[in-house]
Amino acid sequence: MIWKTIKVNFHRLGSPPTFYRLAEVLAPWLWGGFAVCAAIGLYQALYVVPPDYQQSDSFRILYIHVPSAWQAMAGYVVMAILAVIALVWRIRTVEIMAMAGAPIGAAFTFICLATGSLWGRPMWGTWWAWDARLTSMLVLLFIYLGIMGLYAAFEDRRKGARVACILILVGIVNIPIIHFSVEWWTTLHQGATIRLFSGESTLHASMMPPLVWMTIAVKLMFGAALLDRARNDLLDQDRRKGWVQSRLGETT
Amino acid sequence: MIVSSMSALIARDLRLAVRHGGESLMPLIFLFSVIILIPLGVGPGPNLLSAIAPGMIWVAALLSSLLALENLFRPDLDDGTLEQWWIGQCPAGALVVARLFSHWLITAVPVIVFAPLAAQMLYLPAEALPVLVLSLLIGTPVLSLVGGLAAALTLGTNRGSVLLSILVFPLIVPVLIFATGAVSAAADGMSASAHLGLLASLLILAITLVPLATSAALRLNIE
Amino acid sequence: MSRMLETHQASFARNGEAVFAPVDLALDSGQALIVLGPNGCGKTTLLRMLAGILRPWQGQVVRHCQPAFLGHLPAFKGDLSCRENLAFQRRFHGGAGLEENRALARVGLAGLGLRPARTLSAGQKRRLGLAGLLIAPRPLWLLDEPYASLDDSGCELVDRLLSEHLTAGGAVALSAHQRKPVIEVEMIRVELAVTGEAA
Repeated sequence: MIWKTIKVNFHRLGSPPTFYRLAEVLAPWLWGGFAVCAAIGLYQALYVVPPDYQQSDSFRILYIHVPSAWQAMAGYVVMAILAVIALVWRIRTVEIMAMAGAPIGAAFTFICLATGSLWGRPMWGTWWAWDARLTSMLVLLFIYLGIMGLYAAFEDRRKGARVACILILVGIVNIPIIHFSVEWWTTLHQGATIRLFSGESTLHASMMPPLVWMTIAVKLMFGAALLDRARNDLLDQDRRKGWVQSRLGETT
Repeated sequence: MIVSSMSALIARDLRLAVRHGGESLMPLIFLFSVIILIPLGVGPGPNLLSAIAPGMIWVAALLSSLLALENLFRPDLDDGTLEQWWIGQCPAGALVVARLFSHWLITAVPVIVFAPLAAQMLYLPAEALPVLVLSLLIGTPVLSLVGGLAAALTLGTNRGSVLLSILVFPLIVPVLIFATGAVSAAADGMSASAHLGLLASLLILAITLVPLATSAALRLNIE
Repeated sequence: MSRMLETHQASFARNGEAVFAPVDLALDSGQALIVLGPNGCGKTTLLRMLAGILRPWQGQVVRHCQPAFLGHLPAFKGDLSCRENLAFQRRFHGGAGLEENRALARVGLAGLGLRPARTLSAGQKRRLGLAGLLIAPRPLWLLDEPYASLDDSGCELVDRLLSEHLTAGGAVALSAHQRKPVIEVEMIRVELAVTGEAA
C-alpha cells in the first residue's frame, strides 16, 4: 500500500504545476532554516570557539571552507541521482532539477577554492599548490562549468538536459578521487580529521558544534536554492503554457 | 559479425585519412614544432630541456589528439553515415570503440613512434625512454577515449569546439599528471611503476565507461 | 506470411512537442506501406523510428527482422569510389547479395565503379543508395523518399526493385510525395498531418 502511494506521488511530481506548487511552498522554509542555522553556526564560529594555539583566529575560515567543500561533493552526488532518474524515467521536472543544481555546486566549489586559497596564504605561504586535493577540486569546478555550458548550448532544452546528464554520470568518478586524494597521495592539504563511521574524530570537541550547524545550514541552502532555480527554469520554459498563464493571472 | 563491422569501419577511416593526406601529418608537425620551437624560446640548456621534455612531448600528443576531435563524428552526422550505426546487429558501443581506435592510430601512433627521437633531441636520459614510450602507449588511448566522449556530447551544438575543449581538459588532467610524473621519476632513476599503474587504472576506467556513455550521447544527438 | 514490423501507439517528440500522434501499424512479409503527408509532418522521423535510429518517445516499435534504411542523405563517403563504398557496406552490414559491379550495373551505374562518389549527380547518388540495398540484402526495407531526384528510368527502376523485393517475401515501408510506387501489391497507407494526427 505504501509502495503504491510512493509511486503515485513520484509520478505526480512529474507534473509541472504540482512540482511548482511544492517548490514554492517548501523553499521559504528551507531558507528560513538556513538563516537560523547559519546564524547560530557563525556566531559560535566567530565568538564561542576559542582561538587556535597555532593559527589564532585565522582558522575560523574553516567553518565556511569545509561545509562548502562537503556540499560541492554532496551536491554533485544529488545531481547524479537526479541524472539517473531523468535518463531512465525521462521526467522533465527531474531533468530541470538536475540542471538547476550545477550553478549552485559550481558556486560552492568556487567558495571552497577561494576560502582555501585565502587560508593557505598565511598557513602555507602560497595561494595555490598543484597537490592532489586542490587539483581534483579544480577539476570538479571545471566539470560543473562544463555541465552548465553543455546544457546552455542546446536549443532543445530537454535534449540538452539529457546530454548533460550523461556528462554528470561520467564525472561522478571524480568524487571518490577528491575524497580519497588525501589518503592516496602525500599531499600538502591535511588529511581527514573528521570520521563519521570509523571511530574518533581528531577534531577537538569544542570546535565541532559550529561545523555541524554550518553543514546543516549549507545543506538547507542548497535545497532551497535548487528548488528556487528549478522553479524559475520551469516557469521560463512553460511561459506560454496554460497553467503558467492562469497562475500568474495573465490574459492571452 | 561485430568484428567484421568494426574492422570495416577502421579500414574505411584509415583509407579516408590517407586520402586526406595533409591533415594526417598534423600529429608529426605538432611534435616537431614543439621540439624545435620551445628550445628556441627557453634556451638550449640541457638541464632545463630534459626537465621539461616529458611535458613537452605529452603536450604535443595532447594537441594532436584534441585537434582531430572536431571531425570525429561531425562528417558522419552530416552525410548520413552515422545513423547507420543503429541499424543492424553490431552494437553502437563497439563501433564507437572502432572509431576511437582509428583516431588513436592516426593521432597517437606517429607521436609514439617518433617520441624516442624527440626525447633524445631534448636530452632526456636514456633510462627514461622506455617509460616515456610506455606512458604514451597507456595514456594516449585515454586521451582518445575521453576526447571521443566530449566530441559526442557536443555534436549537436553550434559552439562545439570551445565547449569540447572545456569538457576535455578536466578529464585529462590526471592522465597528464601521472604520465609526466612517471617519466620524470624514471629520469631521476626512481621507479615509475606507481605512476604507470595509476595510468593503467585510468585506462581501464575509461574503456569501461566511455563507449557506453558515448553511444548514448551520439544517439541523443542524431535526433 | 510472417510479421516483420509492428508499432503500438508509438510517437516521437521534439523540443517537448509531439511530432505526430501515436501510430499503430503492422507490416507482414510481402506487404508495402506508404507514409503520406505534407512537408514537415514527420515522415522522415517516423521512418527513422521504424528503423531503430530513434527511440520512440512513447509506445513501442517491435522489429522481427533486420531492416535496411535508405534516408535522405546519401550515407556514403564522397572521397571513396562507388565500388569502395559498396564494399564497405558489404563488410559493415554483412550480406550475401550481389557483387559490387553487378549491383552497379543493375542500378544503371555500370562503369562508374572507380569514380569518387562526390562527383555523382543527385540522381546517380540516389541510384548508388539503391545499389547498397542489393549488396547487403535485408528482409525489411525502409526508404525515405526513394523517388527523389530520379528521372523516369530511375523511378521505374525503383518500382522494379520494389516488386522483386516484395515477391521474394520482403516488406517495404516508404514515404513519397508526387510519385507513388507503381506496383501490383495493395499498399497500406499511413497519413500524417502537420497538426500531428495519424490516420
